Amino acid sequence: MGEQILNQVVWPIIYILCIILPLVIAVAMFVYWERKVIGWMHVRMGPNKIGPLGLLQAFADVVKLLLKEVILPTSANKVLYYLAPLLALIPALAAWAVVPFSDRMVLANVNAGLLYLLAMTSLGVYGIILAGWASNSRYALLGAMRSAAQVISYELAMGLCLVCVLVLAGSLNLTDIVHAQAGHKGILDWFMWPLLPVFIIYFISGVAETNRAPFDVAEGESEIVAGFHVEYSGSAFALFFLAEYANMILVSFLASILFLGGWLSPFPASWGFIGQSGFLWLFVKAFVFAFMFLWFRASFPRYRYDQIMRLGWKVFIPITIVWVLVAGCMKYFGWVTVGGL
Amino acid sequence: MIDPQMFQLVCFYAFAAVTVVAALGVISLRNTVHAVLSLVLTFFSTACIWLLAEAEFLAIALIVVYVGAVMVLFLFVVMMLDIKQEQVREGFIRYLPVGIIVALVMLGEMLALIGVRAMHQTLMGANPATAAGVSNTEWLGHALYTQFLLPFEIAALILTVGVVAAVVLTLRHRTGVRHQQASQQVLVNARDRVRVVKMAAVTPAPSPAPGKETTP
Repeated sequence: MGEQILNQVVWPIIYILCIILPLVIAVAMFVYWERKVIGWMHVRMGPNKIGPLGLLQAFADVVKLLLKEVILPTSANKVLYYLAPLLALIPALAAWAVVPFSDRMVLANVNAGLLYLLAMTSLGVYGIILAGWASNSRYALLGAMRSAAQVISYELAMGLCLVCVLVLAGSLNLTDIVHAQAGHKGILDWFMWPLLPVFIIYFISGVAETNRAPFDVAEGESEIVAGFHVEYSGSAFALFFLAEYANMILVSFLASILFLGGWLSPFPASWGFIGQSGFLWLFVKAFVFAFMFLWFRASFPRYRYDQIMRLGWKVFIPITIVWVLVAGCMKYFGWVTVGGL
Repeated sequence: MIDPQMFQLVCFYAFAAVTVVAALGVISLRNTVHAVLSLVLTFFSTACIWLLAEAEFLAIALIVVYVGAVMVLFLFVVMMLDIKQEQVREGFIRYLPVGIIVALVMLGEMLALIGVRAMHQTLMGANPATAAGVSNTEWLGHALYTQFLLPFEIAALILTVGVVAAVVLTLRHRTGVRHQQASQQVLVNARDRVRVVKMAAVTPAPSPAPGKETTP
């Protein structure tokens, strides 16, 4: 009986903490890395005062945010105003349940993993809409409207990208999808080659889904101050911040898992340490994508709202629909090897 | 120790209770945004009940389609409406008879359906997916694309016609509006926009020193 409780309650909670705590620390370090990278690209220093090389800057920011007062705007809807940051954060963390870090290193190895991810990422938009509406502010409402329209538009393209992946892999299970990318040809067996346009569209849609530059009209500092979270302060703002960065890291991991072979090594197994598959490879791949988020932000000017809509509906969705057919043909005629067969 | 069967039953009743309470909230809450949110909760707890019934594909599809997309648009529209809360409740008594009739007809239909099911015990046989040893999603895919291919395709066709009809009905061609032609915009190159003029640098004539200024 005690063993049962240990197996069904205690161990899962420990596993969950093993994912959530490093994730939160990763978010803090990612923020530091973002400020450093953007600083270098602007020929500035970036944070360098707190701790060695400014490494403790993110933690100082967290402490500062937690100590600030959470201000409630006049005639804001109190319940929804406090609920919104939680609604943004919960799906962002819940999605990590099905992410496999390595073979058998996954919290929940569910068969409908890809569908679950799609469901969780589509729930995050409620936090944004409710934050915009409940704070009783024009800027916030405008930001929420833009964000909702954008997320829904790009979710379709993203969903069709996932359909391409699952057509090739023949499974909704993320572990099986990675196994389907293993083979003798190493790097050439990854899904990024047969699905190259879809791979690019997936990552761009991921950038748009997380409302990051150059798709950050939802925040648009120059037009609507900070969009949906303009009225939030202190720890409530910190939760939105955490959700956004957790989602960015999630998109980076998913792009690696779905298209770059997850934890598989790009080198032959005979190359010793770097030829071995393992979660370190997944982290390296995800880091490259996470870095690209920052690179985009420092490089591109913001898209205009109608340009975002045109790109999503008139460019991405038609291309992905065609590529679903192409992927079906590839699978049917055996033009692509799946799982080394 | 907790019996798994018992726990499942407790969960079912908990989810069912949340569903019913949330559904009541949809029709009784004064604030329209709150009503839409309780509809979201209704869908979500219905999906939980379906998960308990091992219909994981339907449950997640419900969340993706209804909670993730349809209800977001609902919320979008409701947030934009400027409704006086009292006006909404004005017609309550007037529409009550119609509502009761609709509810009674639905109740009768559901009871008839349950009666039919109860008489044909074999209808609710063992879960075929479990018997075949595959997941619910896989089983559903096989069934849809083999046994029910024609109905499935017809449903898809009807939905496509619906999409086309919706676009055609709402498409308005307004005259006098100047749209941007993206296809022409991307054809532009720098030479059309900027003319680089090469010219010799002209040094301005040195201004006379202030001390030697000649007065006219």
